[in-house]
Amino acid sequence: MPVFNQSRSRIIRLIFLVTFIIIVAQLFYLQIISRKYRKLANENAIQRTIVYPLRGIIFDRNRRPILNNTLTYDLMVIPSQIKNIDTVFFCNLMDIDTAEFRTRIVNGIIRNRAFRPSVFEASLSAQKFARMQENMWRFGSGFFIQERPIRSYSYDAAANILGYLGEVDSNFLRKHKDEGYQSGDYAGMTGLESSYEKVLMGERGVKFMIKDNFNRIQGSYENGAFDTAAVAGSNLHLSLDIELQKEGEKLMQNKVGAIVAIDPRTGGILAMVSAPTYDPNLLTGAERRKHFSQLYSDPKLPLLNRAVSTYYPPGSTFKTLQAILALHEGVITSKTTFSCSGAFYGCGKPMRCLDPGVFNLTTGITHSCNTYFANVMQRVINNPVYPNIDSSLSSWARYMNGFGLGHKLGVDIPSEKSGYIPTPVTYNRMYGKRHWNFCSFRSVSIGQGEVLTTPIQMANEMAYLANKGWYIIPHLVDSIEGGDKFGLLNKYKKRIDPIDIPDSVFEAVHNGMQGVVDAGTGAGARVPGIVICGKTGTAENYYHGVKQKDHSFFAAFAPRENPKIAIMVMCENAGFGGTWAAPIAGLMIEKYLKDSIAADRKPLEQRMMNANLIPAYMLHEMRTKDSLRQVRKDSLETIRKVLKDTLQTEEVPDEEQAIVTILKKQDDKNKDSAFKKTIHNAEAILPKKKNTGDKKN
Amino acid sequence: MSTRNPEISKGIDWSLVWIYLVLVAVGIAAIFAATYKDGDPVIRSFLQYKTDYSKQFYFFIIAAVLAFFVLLTDSKFFTATANLWYVFGIFVLLLVFPFHSRIKGTESIIRLGGFQFQPAEFCKICVALALAKYISRPETDFSKPRSQFIAAFIALFPALLTIFQSETGLALVYFSFFLVMFREGLPPVILVVGFAIAVLVVATIVIEPNILAIILTVIALLTIYFLRRTLKRNRGILLVIILLWFVCVGIQRFAVPFIFKHVLQKYQVERIYDLFGKDNPYHKAGETVDLETKKKANGSSYNVKQSKIAIGSGQLWGKGFLKGTQTRYDFVPEQRTDFIFCTIGEGFGFTGSVLLLAIYLLLLFRIITIAERQRSVFSRCYAYGVAAVFFFHIVINVAMTVGLAPVIGIPLPLISYGGTSLLTFTVMLFILIRLDADRQMVLR
Repeated sequence: MPVFNQSRSRIIRLIFLVTFIIIVAQLFYLQIISRKYRKLANENAIQRTIVYPLRGIIFDRNRRPILNNTLTYDLMVIPSQIKNIDTVFFCNLMDIDTAEFRTRIVNGIIRNRAFRPSVFEASLSAQKFARMQENMWRFGSGFFIQERPIRSYSYDAAANILGYLGEVDSNFLRKHKDEGYQSGDYAGMTGLESSYEKVLMGERGVKFMIKDNFNRIQGSYENGAFDTAAVAGSNLHLSLDIELQKEGEKLMQNKVGAIVAIDPRTGGILAMVSAPTYDPNLLTGAERRKHFSQLYSDPKLPLLNRAVSTYYPPGSTFKTLQAILALHEGVITSKTTFSCSGAFYGCGKPMRCLDPGVFNLTTGITHSCNTYFANVMQRVINNPVYPNIDSSLSSWARYMNGFGLGHKLGVDIPSEKSGYIPTPVTYNRMYGKRHWNFCSFRSVSIGQGEVLTTPIQMANEMAYLANKGWYIIPHLVDSIEGGDKFGLLNKYKKRIDPIDIPDSVFEAVHNGMQGVVDAGTGAGARVPGIVICGKTGTAENYYHGVKQKDHSFFAAFAPRENPKIAIMVMCENAGFGGTWAAPIAGLMIEKYLKDSIAADRKPLEQRMMNANLIPAYMLHEMRTKDSLRQVRKDSLETIRKVLKDTLQTEEVPDEEQAIVTILKKQDDKNKDSAFKKTIHNAEAILPKKKNTGDKKN
Repeated sequence: MSTRNPEISKGIDWSLVWIYLVLVAVGIAAIFAATYKDGDPVIRSFLQYKTDYSKQFYFFIIAAVLAFFVLLTDSKFFTATANLWYVFGIFVLLLVFPFHSRIKGTESIIRLGGFQFQPAEFCKICVALALAKYISRPETDFSKPRSQFIAAFIALFPALLTIFQSETGLALVYFSFFLVMFREGLPPVILVVGFAIAVLVVATIVIEPNILAIILTVIALLTIYFLRRTLKRNRGILLVIILLWFVCVGIQRFAVPFIFKHVLQKYQVERIYDLFGKDNPYHKAGETVDLETKKKANGSSYNVKQSKIAIGSGQLWGKGFLKGTQTRYDFVPEQRTDFIFCTIGEGFGFTGSVLLLAIYLLLLFRIITIAERQRSVFSRCYAYGVAAVFFFHIVINVAMTVGLAPVIGIPLPLISYGGTSLLTFTVMLFILIRLDADRQMVLR
């Protein structure tokens, strides 16, 4: 009887076997065939953390660190782990009340959940840090102190050069897709921080951590076998002399303008002052946003680097280049003379001149004779070698481009502007084809009219003259520690030598420039014991159609033999070039070549430092801004701008856009005769201005 | 009593005992892997009855003592008291209703002091015994439908009570006793019909109702077409086909929707649909699913997803003992109990999982071998009952963790954490060993 139905035991075994095989097949699919689950498991349980390296340090030419890293300390909290703490005692230590305490904890929970750390207070002050450090043990594992490196500027100087860091935004991330940035990262937004971002940021490390189902870190994955270490950013060595920079910033305090000093032999920038400037430490640390909005809305525009981002008519400093060009073209010789009876009459309406007399090249430069240079340029333009005025003006413009004007030089900080050199196209557009001649733009001959140059271009022009015919693109970074892996410095290694001009031509111009300082308009720049070649400039300008005080320029190089410094000083609306710009340039040259200001010149230095030359219209704006209503109205705008702050990135096209609002004001200010019919796209917003084009000096 | 052996070890099937010990050891190790946190003092917590793995260890000691007592018992005791056990089992099941405590939404647990006790687990032994007893009665002729019906009733009555305790999963276990009945002569037609109904239910869930109805009709018409010659001779068959068609469509259009709407809990319906990747169509438009239901259902699909991730990430060789990132950091909920297989799948990979399944298969085959060598019908039926219960638990549990079966909370025999479950399976197995040890003695 037990045997009956026995065959069914085999069927049952078969059922068991088949069922198990089905399960094994599914296991085979899950574990062997499909790769998906391995990946999902890793995403589940392994957290990839970026380890941020320290950014590179920036040194000046004498190896002094001018942009460094310091540690700040954040007090962190894990709300779920706060147990039995003496809240009142804690609040006393932190100088807060218990309500504030509760708010911060709740905010932390909202932001990061209760079991993950969030910031209770960022960047503890030194006293709070000391007090908390001492009492930390009382608060258990709920609170801890976390270090965070921030940028620090040991000399409180060169803010516009060094630039600042900002949080990257979606725009930035899109542009730097494959460079490993993620939102929340900081990157250089302006200045060297931005243009050398790649070098300074170093290489990020990656750390793999194991986490549990609540994303709490449980330890390192496989004892760090897959981790890569962070590599600190490379240090930069600048050609900048921080002492000279500080001197320049002091001399320019309470003024609006710029100083650029270049070592003509290397193209290295020795100082680049943009006045007014700001304390760069304001834009690091916890209060960064607040300070930024203050700076951003300041009518003096401290965030604008005037040395590279603004342009002015060069005024009489331009005459030196006209002389070189004319000598090289052979339309004059150093002996050619023109007489001036007090004005240039070649075009009907007289163009006034300072003192009448008969001038040759040297005296013409020394006395900055407008008539002389109007005649010179007339000869250049009407040179019979060229079939028509189009070709002669084009040739003239090519010379100017060769001198480094009318295009971006390629300086290694962002937002450089190109300035403007007029071409036949310019005048065809302004007057119509063939409806213009030399008289239409005679004021160009004395550096007014349509010509616009940036301060750095003018300084470079001096370097070009000092070197007798070549220059190296001005730059700040001399070398990168650990080598220039990205080839960023290659273009600063070669001389630019566009036009072959004999030294004798330069000697003639140098004679005239030496005369300017020794016996002419630039006497204010004289420094005992140093032969300085310089040239003053005074440019007329208008703001909202109202004629303002002239811009004061002085450009020079020194010493005449073996020049070591080429400099350009510009004070907006300060008046005559010899009065302010020249002495400041003299003091800078002295400081650089002699290391210090001689005792008998200290009073002059003091006088320069103390002078308040803030343009009247700016003072007015500042006063307006102070009125309560204005403040309130601005604050809205400020918030909007702050939001925009992080949007400013270093890419040049963008930068130009981002700064457009600043420049609108700036353009108005620069406004001078050049914009009578205008060349720039901005024409619609510019008030029509009657020509003057005439000079002074 | 007179036949009692001086040494109880005589006749014991040691291979079963070894397989049992291996499985329990694997279980404790797996629970350890699932709950151990770095730095726990292992020895101390083992002795202190604080952690799950130490508790399981103590359960094992209790189980071993019980097993020992079972081995000491005379095998006739079980035949004699089988029906009493059944009555007792039903009584305990009924006891749950006034004394139950709500644990994780189930109503099937009795608390006694610090212990929890799940009668539905225990009752499986009683049913196995009672069913064996009924079938082995000399006056039972199992080829008669009446006997088959009574046997089915014995097996399914506790299931009914369990369903009332909202433990549908445990209730399904009792259906495994059909395997015993099949071995004892239940017409295979019933299994075929059961399988056909299962296919039909799955089809109902997967295929749109009207299309399925059309398919069924087409199948019926094709059958009639192919059998047209036979049909001419025998009109009765045509009637059968039409009746079958009628029943199928009835199940598909009315029975299944009725069960889903009125018998099963909402979350269970959700889980079943989840398994097939379908949206539950039994929400009335506008009726919002209450949060509790949603949570229960979603929780289970989260479990299955995490469980598949854990197992899948084990790959061929696994990540190693205590190296599983998913199971060690609590990604898989319930991983000590119902989802314990994940720990093995992740830690020891395909190799380890297949090895474990092989051990289980060995156990099942061994039980069937033992069953077939019994001279008493009672022992054979009981052995098949044990095999069926083990089989059902293993298959449903593992299939659930790899995403082949809906999530019904039943443990993996001898491995999952849980005192009642470990004790039940131990006692069940050792009763079999006892019966087998005495197989030569009498014809019962």
